[in-house]
Amino acid sequence: MAARLEPGTTIDGFRIEAPLHAGGMAILYAVSGPDTGFPLLMKVPRLGHGEPVESVVSFEIEQTVLSALRGPHVPRLVAAGDLARQPYLVMEHVHGRLLKEWAERAPVPPAEVAALGGAVATALHALHLQGAIHLDLKPSNVILRPGGEAVLIDLGLAHHAHYPDLLAEELRGPIGSAPYIAPEQVMGVRWDPRSDVFALGAILYELATGRLPFGSPATRGALRQRLWRDPVPPRAVVPAVPEWLQEIVLRCLEPDARDRYPSAAQVAFDLANPEQVCVGARGRRTRRDGPLAVLRRRVRAAGFEPGEGPGPAARLAGPSVVLVALATQRPDDAQLDALREAVGRMRGAAGDLRFACVTVIRPVPQLGGAGEEDSATGQRIKHLVFLRHWAEPLGLSPGRISFHVIEAAEPADAILRYARTNQVDHIVIGAPPRDVPLRGMLGTVQSTVSPEAAPEPMQLLRLLGTVSTKVAAEAPCSVTIVRPRRSPP
Amino acid sequence: MKVAFFADVHANLEALQACRTHAREHGAERLAFLGDLVGYGADPDAVVDLAAAEVERGALAVRGNHDDAAVSGDSGFMHETAGKVVAWTRARLTGGQRAFLADLPLVAREGPLLLAHASPERPGEWIYVTDPRRAAHAMDAAGDASWVFCGHVHEPVLYTAGAARPVPFRPVPGIAIPVAPRRRWLAIAGSTGQPRDGNTAACYAMLDTDRATLTFLRVPYDWRAAAEKIRAAGLPESLARRLERGE
Repeated sequence: MAARLEPGTTIDGFRIEAPLHAGGMAILYAVSGPDTGFPLLMKVPRLGHGEPVESVVSFEIEQTVLSALRGPHVPRLVAAGDLARQPYLVMEHVHGRLLKEWAERAPVPPAEVAALGGAVATALHALHLQGAIHLDLKPSNVILRPGGEAVLIDLGLAHHAHYPDLLAEELRGPIGSAPYIAPEQVMGVRWDPRSDVFALGAILYELATGRLPFGSPATRGALRQRLWRDPVPPRAVVPAVPEWLQEIVLRCLEPDARDRYPSAAQVAFDLANPEQVCVGARGRRTRRDGPLAVLRRRVRAAGFEPGEGPGPAARLAGPSVVLVALATQRPDDAQLDALREAVGRMRGAAGDLRFACVTVIRPVPQLGGAGEEDSATGQRIKHLVFLRHWAEPLGLSPGRISFHVIEAAEPADAILRYARTNQVDHIVIGAPPRDVPLRGMLGTVQSTVSPEAAPEPMQLLRLLGTVSTKVAAEAPCSVTIVRPRRSPP
Repeated sequence: MKVAFFADVHANLEALQACRTHAREHGAERLAFLGDLVGYGADPDAVVDLAAAEVERGALAVRGNHDDAAVSGDSGFMHETAGKVVAWTRARLTGGQRAFLADLPLVAREGPLLLAHASPERPGEWIYVTDPRRAAHAMDAAGDASWVFCGHVHEPVLYTAGAARPVPFRPVPGIAIPVAPRRRWLAIAGSTGQPRDGNTAACYAMLDTDRATLTFLRVPYDWRAAAEKIRAAGLPESLARRLERGE
């Protein structure tokens, strides 16, 4: 089935309009068909004599994985033709620009690298949460929708925890794209979502410097080098790359998956919050590692044994971000202690959770205010100091906790917005006061008097009561509502 | 058509009834028994009757090593606990029930389907398919059958044959896995009556031949009742505990 389809041909109700692209494994056509509300394309694999064997398996994989995935970060699958009769996949024709366009004019400014990388990391996390790993992430496989959302295409090499891995079974060598493939993937491992984090690191490197971190090796031996040879630090290539970005890029590119970010969500988080990145030796490195460090890694690589994949029950997306909402403008000691205790228990339960401590303060006018303390900066620092002090007894290392003062009129909306943009998995927040548990839920507080005109206790009540209940009702993730134990009478 | 496969029922009537009900509710039009209807559990007669009635209605069935032993009374190759149960089981079965078991084939083939209790490679030798090499041999012995179903090993596993050695896949319950018939697949359905993977729920597998999908399922059943019957019958205590722990 390698023959070209002529425009006007109809297959199972889909009319070929025009060829779009002829790739190594498949030919793409724009098609029209039953009204789906979005444009369609048909992907026809190159099968038959003289065509790569992998394209059959890739076709099966892409069909299986696409039909299992939901959400805006992959093209929607509409129909599939049987392999024995007329193999094709009809899917959403995603309009936007390929990330390749940016890669081709790299280096791009750090803020843009962070925005693009954040979009890709968010899309990756969405895949990982659903049990899939892309395993062929590269700039030509990412489309950015006009709104900035990333769509990951070409899932022919993907792995999905719910289905047998047909490629693992066919495995004859590393499968993936040489510049972006993770070291463990070179060794045949196809079950680790952190392989995608490595590819993301290679993309970030390319965007930031205009170079590929490991070039485009053509042989298996050359591919293996990334198990021990570290790339030239991005700042040595483009001095304008900030330390925080280098820290993120090099952490993604760690040869040992355990040294990388445990999840794509955490990469997205750091890219969205550069001021919170804990810059260490990686970020400040000016040259590649010396021969001794390389030799040490080489010895370790020689003993590389691809481990067993995790069971299907293992959570592929890995540990992630916990948002702790603290009301620093109206601190309640018992509540703050209870929150710290709750966070302390979570810290003990899972080793690599990250905590983002968030407080929402009323917007401070930039002008006005008598002294330094009343200025916007002064206010922010005051609350930041409060948050840091609150967290000190927890003894979390700087890389595992971050602090955020958000200025917003509506605390619940600010917390929810933060949780969505930073891929938060869990929110921990204080409970509304005990004696008025339903007030916030029912919204009765606001009914009689305008909030500003209400007496102080009523304002407080509205603030505490509505924030946690609104967050609990609308959060995109789990919410733990923490209440101090009632003191004995 | 949807076909439900029950392996290693081992005289556990509660588990079999729960799985059969579940399968019917989910559209199973045909049943298949992958051997070892008896042994270990306290209801060999009721289980054999149920299976015989289903076979009468068109169900497929093959003979397992425990069925064989219950017919012949020869438990020479079994471990001690299983051996004790063989004698007890044999005494519980009528001549007709024993004849039903004795008449079951070792391998059943129908279109793209092939059923055997253990590996279809030398089926009377009861070879366990526990690794990719055994799975490859089993598929080779199955000829051109696309879908090979076995039991004997109690944990559900799916293998597929391609260019290289098959890789075992531990299925996620309830997920319909595409099993295109142009490949060869070997499914170990998992034990209905004596699951051993730490989960007490009974296993069965459902093949949708039209859509070419295979779903492995887990069905919670009243294992307390089944375990109590084992104790009441005076069978070894370890067999009751196995059901309570699923191991």
